[in-house]
Amino acid sequence: MPDTVLKLHGITKRFGRLVANDDISLDLRRGEVLALLGENGAGKSTLVSILFGHYLADAGDITVFGQPLAPGDPKASLAAGIGMVHQHFTLADNLSVLDNVMMGSEPLWLAFTRKRAARRRLDEVARQFGLSVDADARVGSLSVGERQRVEILKALYRGARILILDEPTAVLTPQESEALFVVLAQMVAQGLSIIFISHKLAEVLRVSQRIAVLRGGKLVAQAQARGTTQAQLAQWMVGHAIDVPRRRPAPHAGQTVCELRGVSTAPARERLLEASLTLRSGEIVAIAGVSGNGQVALAELLSGTRAAIGGEVHFLGRPLPAEPSQLVAQGVARIPEDRHAVGVVGDLPVWENAVSERLRSTAFSRGFWVRRGAARAHAQHILSAFDVRGAGADAPARALSGGNMQKLILGRALLHPASTAVHTVTPRLIVAHQPTWGLDIGAVAYVQEQLIAARDAGAAVLLISDDLDEVLTLGDQVAVIHAGHLTDARPATAWTREAIGLAMAGAPAGMTQPVEVAA
Amino acid sequence: MRLEKRHRQSAFALVLAPVGAVAFTMLVSALLVLWAGAPVTRTYGLLLQGGFGSVFALSETLTRAIPLILTGLAATVAFKARLFNIGAEGQLYAGALAAVAVGGLHSGTGFDQVPMPLLFALMMLAAALAGALLLLGPALMKQRLGVDEVVTTLLLNFIVLLLVSMMLDGPMKDPTAMGWPQSVALIGDLELSKLIAQTRVHSGLLWGAGLALGVWALMKYTVLGFDIRAVGANARAAAFAGVPVTRTVALVAMLSGALAGLAGAIEVAGRTGYVTLDMSPGYGYSGIVIAMLAALHPLGVVLASVFVAGVLVGADSMSRAIGVPTYIADVIVAASLISVLVATLLTQYRVRWK
Repeated sequence: MPDTVLKLHGITKRFGRLVANDDISLDLRRGEVLALLGENGAGKSTLVSILFGHYLADAGDITVFGQPLAPGDPKASLAAGIGMVHQHFTLADNLSVLDNVMMGSEPLWLAFTRKRAARRRLDEVARQFGLSVDADARVGSLSVGERQRVEILKALYRGARILILDEPTAVLTPQESEALFVVLAQMVAQGLSIIFISHKLAEVLRVSQRIAVLRGGKLVAQAQARGTTQAQLAQWMVGHAIDVPRRRPAPHAGQTVCELRGVSTAPARERLLEASLTLRSGEIVAIAGVSGNGQVALAELLSGTRAAIGGEVHFLGRPLPAEPSQLVAQGVARIPEDRHAVGVVGDLPVWENAVSERLRSTAFSRGFWVRRGAARAHAQHILSAFDVRGAGADAPARALSGGNMQKLILGRALLHPASTAVHTVTPRLIVAHQPTWGLDIGAVAYVQEQLIAARDAGAAVLLISDDLDEVLTLGDQVAVIHAGHLTDARPATAWTREAIGLAMAGAPAGMTQPVEVAA
Repeated sequence: MRLEKRHRQSAFALVLAPVGAVAFTMLVSALLVLWAGAPVTRTYGLLLQGGFGSVFALSETLTRAIPLILTGLAATVAFKARLFNIGAEGQLYAGALAAVAVGGLHSGTGFDQVPMPLLFALMMLAAALAGALLLLGPALMKQRLGVDEVVTTLLLNFIVLLLVSMMLDGPMKDPTAMGWPQSVALIGDLELSKLIAQTRVHSGLLWGAGLALGVWALMKYTVLGFDIRAVGANARAAAFAGVPVTRTVALVAMLSGALAGLAGAIEVAGRTGYVTLDMSPGYGYSGIVIAMLAALHPLGVVLASVFVAGVLVGADSMSRAIGVPTYIADVIVAASLISVLVATLLTQYRVRWK
């Protein structure tokens, strides 16, 4: 086929006994967006790492524009015209756009740089693909969407004809995502080819012409985007039909459990500014926003790891306790955003992580000494009640997959050891920050069901999420955070996606009229 | 060449790693012995015999191992919490000075009313406290101000040594030492008893073994032990789970410094009887090597100390017999440390050529 630009044949990669890629053969054609869809651990990242030369395949070969690609050599991949845009940007904040684009493509031994020629070429590339950006702007001053554009420009500047985008919408607002899709359409119209990696079904159908689904390292399906449904894709991804939690409104909201009044936190990368919020029993309040706008400050404030410098935080009518162990003792269940770096201590065994929050309570220690028997029994209880699989109680926690690690954290937060059940068995307040981030569909459904169940049992739930679908599915009330400011919480049904998107971008709150969105 | 993380560690690799490390150490050392023009097997034989081959050899090895166990434990406790205490040498000297200040300086003047067991306890306490306080400052500066403790603890070693030098020439000078820089002697009754008659090995060995057991139990069975391991492995996650991080680091510093301080007191009470400027040939620094050799396991510290002490003592007697410089001991210890570290790395990563 003359218009095949990239051909993967029989790619196999093993890590020990784990087969990350199992005999994958795939074609990419000129002028198309091919979506690579799969859950975490399905083998998407391994496959593109092989394509980009970061990993060496155990078997199989790659042909680019009819030429065999030297394996395991990123330079060869670049030279062959493969460009990669990583999920986490590889830009120097303190340099200009032009410097960032030139960096790495200029010979080091030249005494001077060829800036003028570079600027001309950058302008040319930018115009060709409709990617306008100020070449002299400092990257640190750009928005996330603009930075992504710089990453794409960088790849195109180096002559990429095949572009790999790794979860590109994870950091964007809905409007920015929409703008990206327009740019991608322009690029393929000009004859570029794009591999678009994602686990979001809706956007995959929106942006791509063809979809390849990976599961457990195998290529399980290839289909034209047209005529394929989300349900069909989901079934391919997980191997069986899935019940996605549906909107299930709260029976009724109860008394106020936690209240923030004009709370500010100390200036830092992220902060809260005069934020007010009321969390009621039996109600999920979901906070939408682009990450980096104060979500971390809000979650840490209510998790006992950050202090307020202004305003008041009340919990059950009293000032919120300052220490994590006091919070936990009084019924605050906390699910942190970064389960690997904050949720568990990866090097310590699963059972110690399962009781770490309550180790200081009389349930698990007697003064100086840990009650190992009681602690292990409770850990075992969590493992079975929350179906944590993959590693036993004595294995280090990092051996758990993301989903199982999150179940462990959920179990630790939600399951009271019987002997310390002071008020009730369910927690009074749940602070969940990105609780389903990076989980597979099955685990996402499980975590969301647990949150809903806890709400129905009377807990107040604060859900902070970048995922707008999650916010709108689970939230009874929705508020939007931008630059440390929280909008008023309103019933989820009173928001439109457009209004949320605008509030996420910082437009004044109160615009519920659908507004025309610039593409 | 690059390293790829192994997804599973094979049992085979876990067995092979230490065996390979020992073999590599022997090989490197053998090449140097050959270079020195000595027969390899005979050199190794003499070394082994000199370190472990007789009651006398063993007693010398154990005597040498005592301070190493304590400084090894000091490093182990601190490193477990990611507090990089490079100052055990200074803490050891501070402990030794404190021990003599309590148990020697005022002999016959004011303390003779105090019962000996109490004075002994006071002496040990003073030494532990001196070491503990010496490390507390750097630890708090690390937590509060972000000052690198490697730099502060390392530099404090030189300050302490100069302080010792000042004391030995001033307030604590032994008037009967004919101008030698040494401190007044400890009261005879405070000296540790000998374990084996006619040798130098003393009951400090029991202190070392007991403290190793104590540290092991602390790490495994107590809330503080969990706190220490959690803070060392991931301080953010520890703080999230409610571990008081700064307090834990402060306690670890006190514990680590106290262990090193006790090393100084036990050397004075068990071996030298007074403080000199050369009473430690770098025991504080060797403690770091021992802690790493033992993979930060408190009971492993005892074994590693005996191994290192045996090599050092054995090399002395081997050198006298066959003329290979005693530096070979340092080479063996250093090579074994590097091999163990590389072997541990290779159990976790595989090497890909290209």
